[in-house]
Amino acid sequence: MAIADIHERGGRGLLPWIKSGEPMIWLNAAAVSLSVVAVLGLLFLLAVRGFSHFWPRDVMLVNATYQGQERVLLGEVVEQVQVSGEQLREAGFELAGAGPFYGRSLIKQGNRDFFPSDFVWVLDEQLGERRYPAHVMVVERLEWGNFYGTLISVSRDGELLADASGEPAALWRAFQDLIDETLAVREQIGDIERGEIGANNYQMERLRLRERSLELEGALDTAAQAELAAERAALDVRYAALQEALYALYDSVDGFTYGARLADGREVELPVSKVVRAFRPNAMDTADKAWMYLKKLWEFLSAEPREANTEGGVFPAMFGTVLMVILMSIMVTPFGVVAAVYLREYARQGFVTRTIRVAVNNLAGVPSIVYGVFGLGFFVYFVGGEIDQLLFREALPSPTFGTPGLMWASLTLALLTLPVVIVATEEGLARIPKSIREGSLALGATRAETLWRVVLPMASPAMMTGLILAVARAAGEVAPLMLVGVVKLAPTLPLDGNYPYLHLDQKFMHLGFHIYDVGFQSPNVEAARPLVYATALLLVILIALLNFTAVHLRNRLRERYKSLEN
Amino acid sequence: MQNHAIDIQALRRGPLQDEDAAPPVTSLAVNQLSLFYNQDAQALYDINLEIPKQRVTAFIGPSGCGKSSLLRCINRMNDLVDGCRVRGQILLDGEDIYDRRVDVANLRRRIGMVFQKPNPFPKSVYENVAYGLRIQGINKKRILDEVVEKSLRAAALWEEVKDRLHESALGMSGGQQQRLVIARTIAVEPEVLLLDEPASALDPISTLKIEELIYELKSRYTIVIVTHNMQQAARVSDMTAFMYMGKLVEFDSTDAIFTNPAQKQTEDYITGRYG
Repeated sequence: MAIADIHERGGRGLLPWIKSGEPMIWLNAAAVSLSVVAVLGLLFLLAVRGFSHFWPRDVMLVNATYQGQERVLLGEVVEQVQVSGEQLREAGFELAGAGPFYGRSLIKQGNRDFFPSDFVWVLDEQLGERRYPAHVMVVERLEWGNFYGTLISVSRDGELLADASGEPAALWRAFQDLIDETLAVREQIGDIERGEIGANNYQMERLRLRERSLELEGALDTAAQAELAAERAALDVRYAALQEALYALYDSVDGFTYGARLADGREVELPVSKVVRAFRPNAMDTADKAWMYLKKLWEFLSAEPREANTEGGVFPAMFGTVLMVILMSIMVTPFGVVAAVYLREYARQGFVTRTIRVAVNNLAGVPSIVYGVFGLGFFVYFVGGEIDQLLFREALPSPTFGTPGLMWASLTLALLTLPVVIVATEEGLARIPKSIREGSLALGATRAETLWRVVLPMASPAMMTGLILAVARAAGEVAPLMLVGVVKLAPTLPLDGNYPYLHLDQKFMHLGFHIYDVGFQSPNVEAARPLVYATALLLVILIALLNFTAVHLRNRLRERYKSLEN
Repeated sequence: MQNHAIDIQALRRGPLQDEDAAPPVTSLAVNQLSLFYNQDAQALYDINLEIPKQRVTAFIGPSGCGKSSLLRCINRMNDLVDGCRVRGQILLDGEDIYDRRVDVANLRRRIGMVFQKPNPFPKSVYENVAYGLRIQGINKKRILDEVVEKSLRAAALWEEVKDRLHESALGMSGGQQQRLVIARTIAVEPEVLLLDEPASALDPISTLKIEELIYELKSRYTIVIVTHNMQQAARVSDMTAFMYMGKLVEFDSTDAIFTNPAQKQTEDYITGRYG
């Protein structure tokens, strides 16, 4: 019977179940879930490890017995791990208990200028009672990392303003006032150094280059010399004045000091001029801490790095990354589009175009470091060297474009991402119906007019797709940049107020390289590790933002040129 | 035999125009035209044809007979096909359009073409119609406004779109799109209008509108239409060419072709015995 046949076919068993296609659905769902979980897990890890760093933790005061001595430790618990007892015994620890696992804490005790190391690993069983006294303060400094201790006095030019004998609140207020004053002065110093003195030096350098170029042309006569000398004298006078103002500012805060007691009882006198901020985390409530957190996060995003990139912010790296990606986009789009238009619209389709397409696709698979080597050899040394010979002879022997810099990095990445743009644009061009082109041609348009007025606008969403892929790839690329222009610390941003404003010849900082540098080249790995996570998350967010912008743009274009139904 | 043929007078909307009053002037003369795709694939064989001015000429024939190829030869659309070669002549007002000195873009402006599927540009209605003028460098708003309105009126579309001139043309119905394409084509004032199965993708009502439009337009343009639909050919055309396997079998007045064909093949085709 037919019905029985149907039941037979749809009966139980593994084979019918497989045939029903259900396992495939489960498999697909599992694969998608795994990918989502992996991505979210990654972001979560980066966020937790990175951004918890900026939360002001409580500072612990504890007696510890380790390395055969009794010590007082003062610091933050940064990390806690479980270590097997066996491993510890093998390493020579004498353990009291017999348990299989022991807790071990990484304590940041700071004070690198007084202690041999600012981080110590201590077994939890070696620690005595943990106390969190409210008077303990943390001082973030420009040098030597954090200071942990107790404030005992504040003086101005040798004159004692307040000490521990008086009201503790008054002592703390006097300290904060001095810090505020110092910060204001330091801001002025920064403005003068970077702004006015920077501009002055820049003009000085241009003057030197002008003199040299006149000399090279053989036009450096007495009149020109006199003119240059006059200008230089004016600049010198200005420089001297600025220098004097600067010294005055430095002197005004030089005498500010604060006295503090370390965990081991030593008392030290330290300059206020090196303080970034001071706070007492044990005395702060959650709202205070949140406010402090936001301030530190903002500092991370907006400030320049300090202490070999292990402290401070990443703004120059962020700025460099974005600027380089934008320059790369400006360079790669016209090239890619023109190449794709030629391949698709003009070139005779045959062996040669096929070969070119294969070559372009293969270029996309070349390891990026190879592009870096090519960029260094061809762009920097050959092209840059020639440009220097032709246009910047006055600056030689110090190279202008004949050295790694922003322009060559952008150009190298443009080359790296060119295949993506070409392939995407070509696909977009191929998708435009023949009937549309013929419609335009039938109205008396030439091929070029048709291309310009109809075909290219319709292909623009595809170009944007190419650009999106290019941006995603370029923003995350590090290896080639190390060869063609990225440095661990650039003194100035490549975009500033000095003519010609955008300095394509300058070296710049990049978030990707910053991660590498902070994480693996840093003198203080423990201090820098949270910043690695934070910077990595920032880079991911930055790339996502760049991508979202491009996707949004593309969707608007798509809406306008949405494909014809026929 | 007559019984099988289509009653052409009944299909007509009225008596034939006074076209017999004066002998029609030749607009396009096709002389010994052969068309080759690649080396040996010949699509057209020695076609000879005189298309009269301000009349509607229909090309009919089974699929693949070469009628569209012939149409595309008239405004040199076949130039775009790789490996395509033409032998013979097509004279437009006595000048060979395949002459070396001919400016192809200008020729295509003079010989407009409407395709099988509506192909409006992804621009506004207004910009679609203004496209041909902008190509010619005419950007004065006053002139464009005037031409757009005139062309849309001529294509019997003005009343339907006058309030949405600046909306995308892609939102229109297929029939409206096809009339827009016709408006776009006549905006550049061509002398000849080539219609390649202009109604084959449309519903009957839209088809009717297109046919009425063709009827209106023939007083000003020489119209050549390729169609699969024999009733349509009978309804709209004054002259009909029947083609088969790349050859012109018969070319005569539509009356003659449909009522009294000279060739057996023609008769077989129009009575539906093959094709």
